[in-house]
Amino acid sequence: MATATATSKFSGVDFYNIDSLLSEDERAVRDTVRSWVDEHLMPVIGECYIEGKFPKQLIPGMAELGLFGANLPEEYGCAGLNNVAYGLIMQELERGDSGIRSFASVQGGLVMYPIFAFGSDAQKTYWLPRLASGQEIGCFGLTEPDYGSNPGGMITTARETKDGWVLNGTKMWITNGSQATVAVIWAKTGELSDSKSIRGFIVPTSTKGYTAKDQKGKLSLRASDTSEIHLEDVHLPKDAILPKSGGLKSPLNCLTQARYGISWGAIGAAMACYDEAASYAKSRVMFGKPIGQTQIQQVRLADMLTEITKAQLLTLQLGRLKDAKTMTPSQVSLAKRNNVNMATECAREARRLLGANGILVEYHSMRHMANLESVYTYEGTHDMHALILGQEITGLSAF
Amino acid sequence: MKVAVCLKRVPDTTTKIVIGSDGKSIDENGVKFVPNPYDEYALEEAIALKERAGAGETVVYSLGGDSSQETIRTALAMGIDRGVLLQGAGSADGFEVAKTFAAELKGGGFDLVLFGKLAVDDYNMQVGPMTAELLGVPCITTVAHLTLANGAIEAEREIEGGIEVCTCSMPAVLTIDKGLNTPRLPSLKGIMAAKKKPLEVRPVHVGVGTLMVSSLTLPPERLAGRIVGEGPDAVPALVSLLRTEAKVL
Repeated sequence: MATATATSKFSGVDFYNIDSLLSEDERAVRDTVRSWVDEHLMPVIGECYIEGKFPKQLIPGMAELGLFGANLPEEYGCAGLNNVAYGLIMQELERGDSGIRSFASVQGGLVMYPIFAFGSDAQKTYWLPRLASGQEIGCFGLTEPDYGSNPGGMITTARETKDGWVLNGTKMWITNGSQATVAVIWAKTGELSDSKSIRGFIVPTSTKGYTAKDQKGKLSLRASDTSEIHLEDVHLPKDAILPKSGGLKSPLNCLTQARYGISWGAIGAAMACYDEAASYAKSRVMFGKPIGQTQIQQVRLADMLTEITKAQLLTLQLGRLKDAKTMTPSQVSLAKRNNVNMATECAREARRLLGANGILVEYHSMRHMANLESVYTYEGTHDMHALILGQEITGLSAF
Repeated sequence: MKVAVCLKRVPDTTTKIVIGSDGKSIDENGVKFVPNPYDEYALEEAIALKERAGAGETVVYSLGGDSSQETIRTALAMGIDRGVLLQGAGSADGFEVAKTFAAELKGGGFDLVLFGKLAVDDYNMQVGPMTAELLGVPCITTVAHLTLANGAIEAEREIEGGIEVCTCSMPAVLTIDKGLNTPRLPSLKGIMAAKKKPLEVRPVHVGVGTLMVSSLTLPPERLAGRIVGEGPDAVPALVSLLRTEAKVL
């Protein structure tokens, strides 16, 4: 929202009047999140990144705006938005920082979504409003130290006892792991060779035997907590299981939701870098003229704008397909792969255009560039998504 | 507590303005429009007053074409109860606009009518006080702090070098300055709820009036700066230029 005292305001990138393809409320949602990012996230993100701290103080504000699980129904305290508006939220958050978008993706797409999709009525009624309001913070435990691209090989187990379940195992690369109050943990209830026995469990992180420690030394997503989780004889009641979860397809279904959001988020990061580069090119004078007057920088900017515009159009159509309930996981793979790669290229080119200034935290492109290396790798690496598409095209699996 | 807010749709303050082919209006092509920033303080105050009173109604009025409906929805998304679009072309003559608002507000039973202190597109600061005059109620302009007690209003105005405290009774018209509050962002639930709130469209005819805009021009482009030297050696040249060229000494 414009205020008379507004400092620097981000005005987006819209070369093809794509705004005209959005509804009034989709634009309103986008604008409200954009203003929130300008007013609350941008002033603190540089410091958080340098210090390696997630800006926890922003959680209540994010919840109050309704950013968590915004595409889930109103009866659970959510905003009930369509998937395009949800995508625009992710775009705007990641325009600020991929780590903040990751936080919201995990809370909504990977914690609230599985409870909504696979949970009992009692689980939904209890957990969803608490997660929407930020009273509870969630994390999603699927990846293990030796099972990243191949989650079906996981060795975390859930053994049924007479009064519940006992979980054992280790999860790694878990966003929000150390600050979460509740974890959705995926574990095998049968033989280790049986990926169909994978089920989801709701684990309050205060449960005895649950420990999480932050992974140190990250050079990417520094404003986001990434943790390793240990589960040692974690005893859970019978109703901790997500009753409608079954097999590897359940967590993969969650990842489709999160990847959908990432496709939008990457556009936001690319827009931030393009905006910064375009403005710098016009004002930075070298050899007596703005560097934007040189062919090499013009080509850089033209390439960025072209790729951003293409990604905007393909992702908007992906959102329309999701709202029409005809979107397929491989369509999401195409968008995640294309957009994140596009954003990493934009960030790198923007950083180069910025010259020496581009390595400073006051500018955003290098932060985005470093963040996007994680985004390129998580939620299905760039290469895995190529293989998913390859399988779709040929009917032959290469993995 | 029944509060009306009069809201204007204006170009976003970061928009690059292009003057239209008639030379006296702006080219609206590709321009993003937003609620007038000062009106947002008025909207926030109306919502907060009702919240504090625990009861009442807040209504937003806007004069303009159908596109102003989006601006009204923003106000509804922030928390205003209902909206009225006075559908018609505005006028450069603030008195004509004030007559239109006054005709609508008369008999509405409002305790307070709030305006932003000015609209950032024309900087006229007229419509609020003129509306008050036409309604026959007191008006305090550029309110930066507000206290209501027992039907009386005490308002602080930031004047040159100090603060002026004014009092009047309700009903009254107030025009709001920045600093009175921090406008809330519309929440996502608020945006969804706004779609279901009543927005009435009433065609109005606004007189042309006697004041016309004859031309618009953009401010001259700023000239590039010049480096006259470095260190203490540059001081004489600088002082001389400040005297002879900039003529500020």
